[in-house]
Amino acid sequence: MEKVGDYDELVNLKATELRLGLPGTEETVSCGKSNKRALPDDDTEKEIESTGKTETASPPKAQIVGWPPVRSYRRNSIQTKKNESEGQGNYVKVSMDGAPYLRKIDLTVYKKYPELMKSLENMFKFSVGEYFEREGYKGSDFVPTYEDKDGDWMLVGDVPWEMFVSSCKRLRIMKGSEVKGLGCGV
Amino acid sequence: MTEEEEDSSAKMSEDVKRYLKLDTRSSAAATSEPPCSSSSSASALANNKSRNFKSFEPPCPDHVLENVLENVLQFLTSRCDRNAVSLVCRSWWRVEAQTRFEVFIGNCYSLSPLRLTHRFTRVRSLVLKGKPRFADFNLMPRNWGAQFAPWVAATAKAYPWLEKVHLKRMFVTDDDLALLAESFPGFKELTLVCCEGFGTSGIAVVANKCRQLKVLDLLESEVTDDEVDWLSCFPASETHLESLSFDCVESPINFKALEELVVRSPFLKKLRTNRFVSLEVLHRLMVRAPQLTSLGTGSFSPENVLQGEQEPDYAAAFRACKSISCLSGFRDLTPEYLPAISPVCANLTSLNFSYANISPDMLKPIIRNCHNIRVFWALDSICDEGLQAVAATCKELRELRVFPFDPREDSEGPISGVGLQAISEGCRKLESILYFCQRMTNGAVTAMSENCPQLTVFRLCIMGRHRPDHVTGKPMDVGFGAIVKNCKKLTRLAVSGLLTDEAFSYIGEYGKLIRTLSVAFAGNSDRALRYVLEGCPKLQKLEIRDSPFGDVGLRSGMHRYCNMRFVWLSSCVLSRGGCREVAHALPNVVVEVFGSDDDDDDDTVTGDYVETLYLYRSLDGPRKDAPKFVTIL
Repeated sequence: MEKVGDYDELVNLKATELRLGLPGTEETVSCGKSNKRALPDDDTEKEIESTGKTETASPPKAQIVGWPPVRSYRRNSIQTKKNESEGQGNYVKVSMDGAPYLRKIDLTVYKKYPELMKSLENMFKFSVGEYFEREGYKGSDFVPTYEDKDGDWMLVGDVPWEMFVSSCKRLRIMKGSEVKGLGCGV
Repeated sequence: MTEEEEDSSAKMSEDVKRYLKLDTRSSAAATSEPPCSSSSSASALANNKSRNFKSFEPPCPDHVLENVLENVLQFLTSRCDRNAVSLVCRSWWRVEAQTRFEVFIGNCYSLSPLRLTHRFTRVRSLVLKGKPRFADFNLMPRNWGAQFAPWVAATAKAYPWLEKVHLKRMFVTDDDLALLAESFPGFKELTLVCCEGFGTSGIAVVANKCRQLKVLDLLESEVTDDEVDWLSCFPASETHLESLSFDCVESPINFKALEELVVRSPFLKKLRTNRFVSLEVLHRLMVRAPQLTSLGTGSFSPENVLQGEQEPDYAAAFRACKSISCLSGFRDLTPEYLPAISPVCANLTSLNFSYANISPDMLKPIIRNCHNIRVFWALDSICDEGLQAVAATCKELRELRVFPFDPREDSEGPISGVGLQAISEGCRKLESILYFCQRMTNGAVTAMSENCPQLTVFRLCIMGRHRPDHVTGKPMDVGFGAIVKNCKKLTRLAVSGLLTDEAFSYIGEYGKLIRTLSVAFAGNSDRALRYVLEGCPKLQKLEIRDSPFGDVGLRSGMHRYCNMRFVWLSSCVLSRGGCREVAHALPNVVVEVFGSDDDDDDDTVTGDYVETLYLYRSLDGPRKDAPKFVTIL
């Protein structure tokens, strides 16, 4: 587990500017050179203020593929009873530098970046540090990145959430030195 | 062979052929005669032979023996017994092969179709299984294999008298079904379980061409909607149908055609309709088929809500179906109508509520009349309270399955060890359980191990990964340990929750009859895998995911793999080198390695990492139809 303590403090102090990779600009982006949105997502702010800490409101856990082991036939049959129309799901691979295993997660389960980040942190037992518009992630060796449709490796959080979900092909949690190229201050 | 001997053996094979064509009734009559007469064919044989032989040599003892053996072996149906018989000597091997009418193939890649047709020449029934079970949970990329095509092609030529085909987890196309329908004029039973690749057009061909069809069962299969009215394709004359199950067909059907089909199917005993069949349609069907013993009720919801007398009397329809012992369906249940099934409750032996969101209050009035239930499937919406009601009444319960209404890891989970313990105390004859929950205790699991000594199948799925005993906070080792220790008949086990290597040491030590073991997110080290591979002598099927087992653990089973049906290890800590080592050491074992996508490329992060290992024994070497993303080491 890396640097969990610092992470908490930073979160509380920077309530207004806080984001864990909140949506960036509407413009298309490439590695860290874009303009990012200045305003925090209102919902996130409220959530954090009301809970005080980030740890209490547990986001949906990353749904591991095929777990719990219920056949898709059965899942779909029961699904039709629920009023929510849950789509096919958008599964992407997640790898972390140094970890010998891959995971797959369903991006459609999440509504915004903080939920996703929490899940990833839980899944791989690490901490991601804090996201800054210009400088990217600070306070941790680990940086979440993703490969988009064009094959470019981007920093998670640079683009609006919806754009991220639709363009993300796979996730990679990079470690330290490799990250410099993305324009993140480490 | 001399001319005389050729003559006599030709005559003998004719006798044999004649003899083998006897149906079971006449064979049963034959047994009442003294064995040496062998229904007079042997004595006829002896006469023929004495006429043909120049000298008075007695008939070759082998031939007589084979005749007698055929006589006897016809009545051996268990495949284990037959396998044993075939190992006695060549002569017995040959005779057994000629008299085996039902062939079971647990892994379609363990041999080639040619080997099947060469060895067994008189097959009437084929059971074939394809993909391993974890494929059901999206852990296997599509197009991995298990095609029925080569099998139907080979059997079409070799066994024109084939009557029965039962497939599980196979890829079956419409063309395959068409070939089947055309090649086997006496075809009687088709059962497709968890299959895919075909649609309603394939079903239509089978319905139309298989004039002797008795059983058409489509169970939990993916059937594409080709918009073909397959029910209208059955021949217009009286049918031989005894069982028709299409509850998994997700497309609307022609109700009138179904009704007419039911009317002209006097032998129909089992009918399982899909969710497009409303209560009104169901009523019409029931009225026309009061002889039904097994009914899949479709949606169990009215199409139109009529007032008062205009509404069909559903309870009366159930009352009229005096023979119903098995009920399922309820795909879109309207709760007010559930009491309509009350008239049949006392006779029910099997009740499947697992597609209906039934609360404890809905369940209790129904279940209190179900004294004879042996098989009960439900959703966890019945809560611990519902399980307690089941425990209070269903003293004959043998099999219980409780599925999650909300199958997510972090869902609420309305059932727990309380329900499990209640069941264990009330249903002492329990043999098989599948239980999904979020909270469990070692105490409840131990109680079940002590109260239900007849358990052969124990599958517990604590949905949250690595969850400990929610009361003590300890791992679930002790509970599962009690199960393997106390349930001496246990053949199938699925574990979950927080488990250390200790749990596996118990499994290895006590699980002497375990044939199938399923593990997920469990164990600490390779020792766990070693305990199992070195401990469980009857282990045939081992499926493991997301557990910290690596090459060392894999290596510890080298002495076993030739005697197992398969081993599956996914998202563990295996390396290519380790898997290759197994492949090289065991030439009779096929070692497949693949990822979970069919577009896997070389990933620098995971180059040597093996996402999924699937190994199985094979008589005919690696398969030729492996897709690109599968590497056979």
